[in-house]
Amino acid sequence: MSEKQFQTPNRSHDGCGCGCSCDNSNIDAILAKYNNDRGRLMDILIELQDSEGCVGEEAIAKIAEVFNMSRVDVVQTLSFYHFFSQKYRGKYTVYLNDSAVAEMMGRDEIAKAFEEEVGCKFGSVNEDGNIGLFSTSCIGMNDQEPSAIINQRVFTKLTKEKVAKIVKGMKNGDDVEDLIGTDVQSNILLQGPILTKDTELGDAIRKAISMSPEEVIEEVKQSNLRGRGGAGFPTALKWRFCRNADGEKHYVFCNADEGEPGTFKDRVILTERPQLLFAGMTIAGYAIGSDEGILYLRYEYKFMEAQLKEVLQQLRDKNLLGKNITGKEGFDFDIRIQFGGGAYVCGEESALLESAEGKRGEPRDRPPFPVVKGYMQQPTAVNNVETFCSVAKIMHKGAKWYRSLGTLDSTGSKLVSVSGDCQRPGIYEIEWGFTVQDVLNLVGAKDVQAVQVGGPSGKCIAPNEFNRKLAYEDLATGGSIIVINNDRDLLNDIVLNFLDFFIEESCGSCVPCRAMTVQYKRKIEKILAGKGVKKDIDQMLSWEKVMHMNRCGLGQSACNPVISTIQNFRELYNSKLQKEEYVSQFDLAAAIKESCETAGRIPNLGGNHE
Amino acid sequence: MSKPIVATTSLAGCFGCHMSLLDIDERILDLFDLVEFNKSPIDDIKTFTKECDIGIIEGGCCNSENVHVLQEFRKHCKTLVVIGECAIMGGLPAMRNNVAPISECLEEAYLNCVSVQANEEKIIPNDDELPMILDKVYPCHEVVKIDYFIPGCAPRADLIWNALVALVTGNEMELPYEVLKYD
Amino acid sequence: MSKVLITIDGKGFLADSEKTVLEVARENHIYIPTLCNLEGIKPQGSCRICTCMIDGRMMTACTTPVNNGMVVVTKTDELDKLRSKIVELLFAEGNHFCPACERSGNCELQALAYLYKIMVPEFDYIFPNRDVDATHPKLILDHNRCILCKRCIRRKKEAENPTWFVFENRGNHVKINFDHELTADMDDEMAQKAMDTCPVGAIIRKEKGYDVPIGRRKYDLHPIGSDIEGKE
Repeated sequence: MSEKQFQTPNRSHDGCGCGCSCDNSNIDAILAKYNNDRGRLMDILIELQDSEGCVGEEAIAKIAEVFNMSRVDVVQTLSFYHFFSQKYRGKYTVYLNDSAVAEMMGRDEIAKAFEEEVGCKFGSVNEDGNIGLFSTSCIGMNDQEPSAIINQRVFTKLTKEKVAKIVKGMKNGDDVEDLIGTDVQSNILLQGPILTKDTELGDAIRKAISMSPEEVIEEVKQSNLRGRGGAGFPTALKWRFCRNADGEKHYVFCNADEGEPGTFKDRVILTERPQLLFAGMTIAGYAIGSDEGILYLRYEYKFMEAQLKEVLQQLRDKNLLGKNITGKEGFDFDIRIQFGGGAYVCGEESALLESAEGKRGEPRDRPPFPVVKGYMQQPTAVNNVETFCSVAKIMHKGAKWYRSLGTLDSTGSKLVSVSGDCQRPGIYEIEWGFTVQDVLNLVGAKDVQAVQVGGPSGKCIAPNEFNRKLAYEDLATGGSIIVINNDRDLLNDIVLNFLDFFIEESCGSCVPCRAMTVQYKRKIEKILAGKGVKKDIDQMLSWEKVMHMNRCGLGQSACNPVISTIQNFRELYNSKLQKEEYVSQFDLAAAIKESCETAGRIPNLGGNHE
Repeated sequence: MSKPIVATTSLAGCFGCHMSLLDIDERILDLFDLVEFNKSPIDDIKTFTKECDIGIIEGGCCNSENVHVLQEFRKHCKTLVVIGECAIMGGLPAMRNNVAPISECLEEAYLNCVSVQANEEKIIPNDDELPMILDKVYPCHEVVKIDYFIPGCAPRADLIWNALVALVTGNEMELPYEVLKYD
Repeated sequence: MSKVLITIDGKGFLADSEKTVLEVARENHIYIPTLCNLEGIKPQGSCRICTCMIDGRMMTACTTPVNNGMVVVTKTDELDKLRSKIVELLFAEGNHFCPACERSGNCELQALAYLYKIMVPEFDYIFPNRDVDATHPKLILDHNRCILCKRCIRRKKEAENPTWFVFENRGNHVKINFDHELTADMDDEMAQKAMDTCPVGAIIRKEKGYDVPIGRRKYDLHPIGSDIEGKE
């Protein structure tokens, strides 16, 4: 690339809706670029935020006018996403990851260093408006924490020295690209059938289109492939439902909103094997009768945009995308990239579709299912990055080959993202059926207290269960494995962090998901403060059923960090409990402190008031 | 068998719940047959002279004195019953919880509010004799263990009566739809 | 419209295939508690209170279309307990000062609490810092009382183009808002409709209130759902 990919935007801020009036001269150009299409609101907001550092009142008014929306309706979408802001976030905006593993790897020290060097607290912009410091949920770099995103670019394995250098560069007005060298690592430490490069570009697609679409679906069915996002729905069945559904147009969506803390496999596939993914999407397009594929990519991975677009162009040049693919008359298929705006819940397929339509990423009620009414109310197949890659390999090498891998119920392989307390964090492609202990041996983990399988929404298991298999029939996982050693305070470092994550990332629609997570946090804090009693544990367990009333998977699993640790680490909880039936959390000294200060009097704690 | 002993008090409340207790009309005579009152505004006994069976609390905790009295009640009463919205969730006094932090609340009340006229020295009351204000108004059950909750503002006289009868007799409380109200 | 046969609480009913479980239940005088649902607006299933056992799974009655052979259980002790927990959560989450609320006695949240005989929520009161927006000429928006059911948002009428009411933020920071400019000319009838759409006292008309005294209001004497249940 001759042109610099990451330039410092010319963000001038003297007073927009956020207290300044930003230079909105580019808003018309941005709107025109997306054909004044309401459905592309996400792209418009992303471009505005990235170029201006905020989406100010004037921009909101303009968007509202062009789309015939109310201003509050624009805010309705904009305020849902973590990376959009009505308030100015600086010429350089630092988003420091606050995932549990980032904390384990020294995130707090780095945060302090940033605050000292920049001269403002996290959640604010420094005085001259140059640098903003913000926290963000897991950015998919768990194997190289602490890490941060600055103006789309990712900086990993941060040290105090690196921070000093970065801040110096930012104060100097350097381009983000020049701050310090790029260093995102792929860390593929075990290659399996998916990651092994034994498929030539176009092989899988040619094989697929030599068959009928029904035969393609049948082949996938024979492979027993199940969704790799975590839920494990049979891929062929999804495609058949979608193909059979009536609609003006069918869509293929790739869910690359890899937001489950601890997973980073999709980032690695997108970096190392994007052709395989796009081949899988093209095959899906052929199978369900679609000519448009959309890669929904999380905003955190914006740094890959240029490379991915280049790959897409190469595929078009080779006629592996576009019209009459590989000369097959009538088979047209192309792929575009749709970025998110920072919202874990958009990894839920119906929320993802809402987001892609330029709306709040709230999960939809089902039925109807996306295969019947999905993107723009048309039949849509949404699959995970890894699922599409598996499809491409299955096409190339056959269902029989695929079935020979893994277990009877969980065929094939799985990319697991391992992070936390181990010697070799990274990507391991294992066959289904490996035990947790097998993985621990691979990654060099010692003195292990617990393993978080499947991220915060998964399970936290204790050593007595390390012989359990990673498989749909035993421990199903989307691939996040976090190793936690005996030095960690499981409740404080892990459970509390995960609860904060779920509180932050709930869409806020269902009552239990929005409100119960806050109650769980209060209980865990109470126990950590040494004021917990047995009743607190009983209550938390009894609330699980209420959480299962939530609409989507995020809500239903948001209590898992607590429930699975109570189930598997009951002794740890018990050791922190008081024997009494009731322990008050009330602290008189703390409660009167501020009022006494305000009134200018000395607190009297021993006094008799009667 | 000796009669159960009852104590009552009003913390950060308006005494409306006590009024409602008196609202049981002629049943008050039955009540005095059923129980003996100790510390209570009803008989004007100011301090506990006996250990009690039932403590009835109106109002939540907005200052250090409320906390002290509530803790005394917990010490001296076998069973604590809170009555009214204020005791259960802070009630109207807790509307100030929304004006946070407490410094802002005090400044608004004593310095900045449009109705403040005579406070030329800009003093927020600070005499040592005054109870100290808590950072927010606390429901009673966040301060001490509470055994029973009787909602209402004030709780209907019938509800208080039913609750007392149930406590004294050990039978389950009658709870017809009309008597359980939050207003 | 085709007909399907479904079983609700052990009784068989013939129902229009395009209706939801909730609609069919109501037609047949079976009360399923709801909060975010309002007749005439698109159901959304966000409060989760109408959760029933539908073919053995917990699903919301307001969003689930009926199917032939479907078996619905609307009421068990456990379901009532779960529904009660949601009501308790809502009381703990917001600032619900019933004695100071115009809607007391006409409030659906309160009515459900009465139905489940809630003496005190199991949960910690959060006492969130929330605003009251009284800048609009006709309406007061009291966020303290809002239960975020989105009825006001979904009650989108022809006249309401573009959208008046919206949801902002996410997680426990969500709040409703409405476009003050577009609604500046709102007449009294529309203001009343906005207020009636709200199940609680979050949307209140200005310069109007307490027409019916406390004690004689809708849910003061009769439990919510009693107008549906028992009529044959």
